Amino acid sequence: MKYLTFATATLAASAAWAETPVLTVYTYDSFVSDWGPGPAIETAFEEVCACDLNLVGLGDGAALLARLKLEGARSDADVVMGLDTSLIAAAKETGLFKETPVSADYTLPIEWTDPVFAAYDWGYFAFVHDKGLTPPTNFKALGESDVSIVIQDPRSSTPGLGLLMWVKAAYGDEAPAVWEAMADNVVTVTKGWSEAYGLFLEGEADMVLSYTTSPAYHLIAEEDDSKAAAAFDEGHYMQIEVVGTLAGTDQPELAEQFLNFMVSEAAQTVLPTTNWMYPAVTPAAGLPKGFETLTVPKKALLIPAGDVPAIREEALAEWLKALSQ
Amino acid sequence: MLRLEEAMIEQGDFRMAADFTLDAGRKYAVIGPSGAGKSTLLAALCGFVPLAAGRMFWEGRDITGTPPGERPMTMLFQDNNLFPHLSVLQNVGLGLRPDLRLSAMERDRVTQALARVDLGAFAQAKPGTLSGGQQSRVALARVLVQARPLVLLDEPFAALGPSLRNEMLDLVQDTVAQTGAALVMVTHAPQDVRRIADEVIFVEGGRAHAPRPAVALMDDPPPELRAYLG
Amino acid sequence: MAQGVVAIIQQSISRKSGISAGLAVLALILVALIAVLSRAQAGAGLGPSDWVSIRFTVSQAVCSAVLSVLLAVPVARAMSRRRFFGRAALVTLLGAPFILPVIVAVFGLLTVFGRGGWINDMLGALGLPGVSIYGFHGVVLAHVFFNMPLATRLLLQGWQAVPAERFRLAAQLRLTPRAMFQAVEWPLLVQVVPGALALVFVICLTSFAVALTLGGGPRATTIELAIYQAFRFDFDLGRAALLSVVQLVLAGGMALLALRFVPSISIGGGLDRVMPRWDARGGGQRFGDSCVIALAAAFLLVPLAAVVLRGVMGLPEMPLAVYRAAGVSIGVAVTSIAVMLALALPMAGWIAGRGKGGAEAIGLLGLSASPLMIGTGWFIVINPYADPFDFALVVTVLVNAMMALPFALRILVPPLRDAVAHYGRLSAMLGIGGWQLWRVVLLPRLAPQIGFAAGLTGALSMGDLGVIALFADPDRVTLPLQMVRLMGAYRMDAAAGAALLLLALSLGIFWLCDKGGRWHAEA
Repeated sequence: MKYLTFATATLAASAAWAETPVLTVYTYDSFVSDWGPGPAIETAFEEVCACDLNLVGLGDGAALLARLKLEGARSDADVVMGLDTSLIAAAKETGLFKETPVSADYTLPIEWTDPVFAAYDWGYFAFVHDKGLTPPTNFKALGESDVSIVIQDPRSSTPGLGLLMWVKAAYGDEAPAVWEAMADNVVTVTKGWSEAYGLFLEGEADMVLSYTTSPAYHLIAEEDDSKAAAAFDEGHYMQIEVVGTLAGTDQPELAEQFLNFMVSEAAQTVLPTTNWMYPAVTPAAGLPKGFETLTVPKKALLIPAGDVPAIREEALAEWLKALSQ
Repeated sequence: MLRLEEAMIEQGDFRMAADFTLDAGRKYAVIGPSGAGKSTLLAALCGFVPLAAGRMFWEGRDITGTPPGERPMTMLFQDNNLFPHLSVLQNVGLGLRPDLRLSAMERDRVTQALARVDLGAFAQAKPGTLSGGQQSRVALARVLVQARPLVLLDEPFAALGPSLRNEMLDLVQDTVAQTGAALVMVTHAPQDVRRIADEVIFVEGGRAHAPRPAVALMDDPPPELRAYLG
Repeated sequence: MAQGVVAIIQQSISRKSGISAGLAVLALILVALIAVLSRAQAGAGLGPSDWVSIRFTVSQAVCSAVLSVLLAVPVARAMSRRRFFGRAALVTLLGAPFILPVIVAVFGLLTVFGRGGWINDMLGALGLPGVSIYGFHGVVLAHVFFNMPLATRLLLQGWQAVPAERFRLAAQLRLTPRAMFQAVEWPLLVQVVPGALALVFVICLTSFAVALTLGGGPRATTIELAIYQAFRFDFDLGRAALLSVVQLVLAGGMALLALRFVPSISIGGGLDRVMPRWDARGGGQRFGDSCVIALAAAFLLVPLAAVVLRGVMGLPEMPLAVYRAAGVSIGVAVTSIAVMLALALPMAGWIAGRGKGGAEAIGLLGLSASPLMIGTGWFIVINPYADPFDFALVVTVLVNAMMALPFALRILVPPLRDAVAHYGRLSAMLGIGGWQLWRVVLLPRLAPQIGFAAGLTGALSMGDLGVIALFADPDRVTLPLQMVRLMGAYRMDAAAGAALLLLALSLGIFWLCDKGGRWHAEA
């Protein structure tokens, strides 16, 4: 009799446990850290979904894609969040993603119509410097000056790739000459954004490739207004971060719900001061105080996602040649 | 009791032949020039050096391939007879059990053996705190508890002064008398031969000669032995 | 005499478990390599940029090795013949750069040598042009920082091995310094230097984080970095596998050569003992030695001090998550130590029983293989059958243990050989064999060296960032990973604090194990 009760109780408990569906989202490391957007997003979503949101941090955007390719269709993930526009073409090529209907009132500088990926935040790449420095106003001026810069390797970092695309988008065939002029400004090329930014903060270089929103962190979190982003005449390249559903998901409704959640007010209010990027859908209350001081470029540059792979090959070769001198 | 039958002992380029019998309860001295192979002979008896040819019998049983731990011999080396990190009690206890888990009865036997060699108060001491003579006595206490029928000594008292050596040798005699064991002792000192040995094994020229009665041999040595004795 | 006895002991020292441990290490590497190759698409072989990276890797490794050892010679010479306050501490600290997490040390170096660093500030104040640490020379400088102290320790040991009689003879003959060098020091250098060179070469060949930050540009790509890029960004498994093989061959080949010459790494105990010397008494020589030692100590300690200073400022900013991560790291380190001992002790026993140390090559292979390649390979193997996350800690611990294995073997084999030589016959005669032999005789005799090897493993694994990245268990983050996350979120001060915590814990584990081993030996 006792055993029967015990068995029934266990069955009931496991049934109840089985009730709570789990949505597994692969994203990048800084998202899931305790001081990133992860905890707030998780709490907010679990309130409305009656599910268990499992955020898994895996390196950075490029690592995300590499991991997906490694896992293939057998992946446990339902949603992938954190790829950027430069990686969309490669991601679609894997055939692992599927279309998901997302309704959002985007406030991006460009129109967003991708049926597979929804945009959740974005930013402009820019060179960040201390306010004491008078920065060059475009790439050519930078090449001619002796301002020192630290940049990231486009083969291992999305900002690095962004810079590559930026120069290519702005200068097309003149890009090799621009890079050659800049070669002597480059102090070093790091593997990722954090090493480069760290070097800049340590005083190793005058400028670092980062985002126009970086000064907002210093202003809001550290009450330090000494950093500024240099505005370039050619315009600034955009990084739009996207989220998409995997075709092999076992939670399609939940996944769709999550994607819509990420572009909704609840998530978008969390992002600016945890991820330090512009929200894809400006919240009703507007941007946080401090964001209005940020440099806004006159022009937004973006190479269409489908063209990126081919241009990347060419641009990479030019970059290697210019910097290997 | 122990029979070496047409044995050939090889180590590198060195070769030595031996063919003799050792009897129970007798005391043998092994003498010979440096490098003749005295220590090698003992090592072969103990099983550290395998026989290249021939066989070894113990009371009729073939022990040519038996591992050293299972042979009926125990040996005292020139040095490293005790484990420095174990206490005196543990070192002697190893003579009874290799895993150091002594029963109360076994512990008593160890204490008794230590008392016999006048080291009863040093049971917990570490060998490093003892003098050379005391260390030798601990080793002898272990020989006592092991009570194996054949005891081999490879000049274990070489580092001790003359009177201490004699004291040790007397102690050795007592010990083997108590256990009824046979004794095979390597020595460089002819006076030891006269003091202790019943028979002498002369090792020279690639051969370990058969045991000969000690006193007779020392009084009237053959030419090679005379050359060695001077 | 020794041969026959050793053969007998060999049977007692579980030859089978030694061989299985060695095979396990080999399998860990080869299975991963095969898995990666299996997923590779047939494609182009190595591109021109790959050859550039191979050339760069080899040339910086050679330069670093030669400089490290050349600079170590005068330092070792000076230290071996001088007695001064703090000598023992300096000898211990000589091991510190090696066990430091690389990225922490690099930032320390930058604080001193960087464009905004102390040296450049000083030079600027004096009106002199600044120095740049970025580029080939920067990579070599960092490698020298890591490896010169290690080389110094290895050479010091050589000096220690010279019998006291030789110095007494030299004193009686009143040899001039030049004659002294020819008669006493040159032979010992010939014995010790080739091995030290080879070891440092292998270490620099597989270097990763140093080239990243200090390289200065795509010219400075090492093979390990190229493997990383092939995996992460291009996802070109074929190229990654090919590069892994090249690295294995280069480093493995040098490792085999090194085995003939690599000296044993002894612990501080022997090095503390100052040999009485009567040469080099002159005031000029004494001054020269003092300068050399002071310079070496400064080179060693100033960057370390920079790390500490920077970190102390950041300590209050550290969130609690960092302390939790520290706990996880300690857990992983302790497990890695246990696994390493389980592998190293049987293998050391097996090697000690043999004549030549050819089997140590397997241990050195562990150092030559790319951890990223191993992680990815095993990921490919496990993924179809189980959730790789479940195996995160297992694989991390295994790889950590494997990384430390060559050093552990080098530390354990010589004293094991000694123990067998001294107590082998006694143990055989008393019938102590198998597990009893380890428990009663060998482990207590080896306690100091086991402590040292354990400390080294623990420290190295605390700072490890490699494999964990691929298998990262989201709920159980290690301290280095947490530090990198802080850096990735603009929180540089907190990251510096985490780096200091990492340094303190690494050194703490090392010191604890090392002292523990020695205390046990003396108890």
